Amino acid sequence: MTEGKLLVKEKDVVVPGEVLASGMSYLPGNGTYRLNDNIMANRLGLLVIDGKVLKSLPLAGRYLPRKYDVIIGKVIDILMSGWRLEINSPYSAVLPLKDASFAYIPKGADLTRYFELEDYAVVKITNVTSQNLVDVTCKGPGLHKIKGGRIIYVNTNKVPRIIGKKGSMVSMIKRATDCKVIVGQNGIAWISGEPEMEVITVNAIKMIEEHSHISGLTDKIKEYLEKATGRKIEFNAEPAEIGEEVRAEETVEADSNGSGHEY
Amino acid sequence: MSKYTERENGRGFNEPRPIIAKAGVIKKADGSAYFKIGKTAAYAAVYGPREMHPKHDQDPKTGVLRCNYNMMPFSTEERVKPGPSRRSKEISMVTTKAILPVVNLVDYPNAVVDVFIELTETDAGSRCAGICAASIALADAGITMRDMVAAVSCGVIDHKIAVDLDGPEEHLHDLDVADIPIAMVPSTEEITLLQMDGKVSKDELFKAIESVKPVLKHIADIQRKALKDRYK
Repeated sequence: MTEGKLLVKEKDVVVPGEVLASGMSYLPGNGTYRLNDNIMANRLGLLVIDGKVLKSLPLAGRYLPRKYDVIIGKVIDILMSGWRLEINSPYSAVLPLKDASFAYIPKGADLTRYFELEDYAVVKITNVTSQNLVDVTCKGPGLHKIKGGRIIYVNTNKVPRIIGKKGSMVSMIKRATDCKVIVGQNGIAWISGEPEMEVITVNAIKMIEEHSHISGLTDKIKEYLEKATGRKIEFNAEPAEIGEEVRAEETVEADSNGSGHEY
Repeated sequence: MSKYTERENGRGFNEPRPIIAKAGVIKKADGSAYFKIGKTAAYAAVYGPREMHPKHDQDPKTGVLRCNYNMMPFSTEERVKPGPSRRSKEISMVTTKAILPVVNLVDYPNAVVDVFIELTETDAGSRCAGICAASIALADAGITMRDMVAAVSCGVIDHKIAVDLDGPEEHLHDLDVADIPIAMVPSTEEITLLQMDGKVSKDELFKAIESVKPVLKHIADIQRKALKDRYK
């Protein structure tokens, strides 16, 4: 067996068709594949070396629904027994009647009393089929209809970075600005607080999105927040590592107001 | 012996025109690119994967790639009538077929990836510039693709092979000119587009294909560099 040779460094931006390593001592992971003796990238991403496995973490691309993801959706249609939500993805999600509210919804009730068109809701994906038909629920901790505040769209692939290690980044923003922030895995974020603080929060999130692939980001954001809010942040966040998978539940729980039965 | 011993534009016979490539030029698109080769310039914008309309074009097995090639009315000396034409429809189709072998859309059943290619300047080789721009834009949109697709046209002028013809060369009247647009997957050297306009022998055609291979690999490197530069 020939000695394997790595041709790129960790955290390099890799592009489709780029040769990452030659020889048989490395293995292809997500976003890479083997072509004869070489490991090649098959999507635009950041290279992560996990032992012998070479992976590429996507830098672009739209959201693909995954089971148990907590996302934010917008009601785009009212169905016979539920609602259709737009979830910033090629596919829409269905919120069935039984999963919409803890309250009893009688037969023939006016569904707009629960969710009206254009309403937003924090929901959790309960099922995704092979054809990417998506079911969601609004019953559970932290899941609720959204009232007030503002909605922004961010790059789906930057969501883990915005949330940070164990939610460190987003909790730093929340403490600094006193805003409620929920970042859905699908790249829709909800921010609610004092109008000036909302603007600062939006700017901070946009900053993270733009500079997500550089290191020392937490300090940069902290500096910005301190300057913008004029307050000192004692909270010392652990800097999140690039490529760390963080799920949204962690953030959602932080500002859940009980079981969400507000209707 | 060929009567075409020296290229009028002063280029070597295996030398393409100067190339500029950029990724992420259209903010609103999911992925975009600009590709300019000589006086031919193409913009490509990728939207999707997104819901497929019309619904009867959906494919429940895989996502669909839909390319649209369009020349701007002012892109050439003679005004191009806006709207789809027989020519642009054909080029849209061959572009789709040239790129389809490298993209993987099985994760997106019933969805579509739209690629809009707009040519702002054309001076021969526009379908090749379109394919190059489209493949950068698709990669920029985060679509899974096993390699880039590079394309260039190869000319055979009076039995002499000349890579990447420009407008004046394509329209030489006193010599036999054949124009052969070729697209290739660089890593496997698969040919994904091969068209021909003019008269060449079988030998010349094979020679032409061989002589563009290094050029296409060079173009693929430029395409990859354009993508990397976006994240500098």
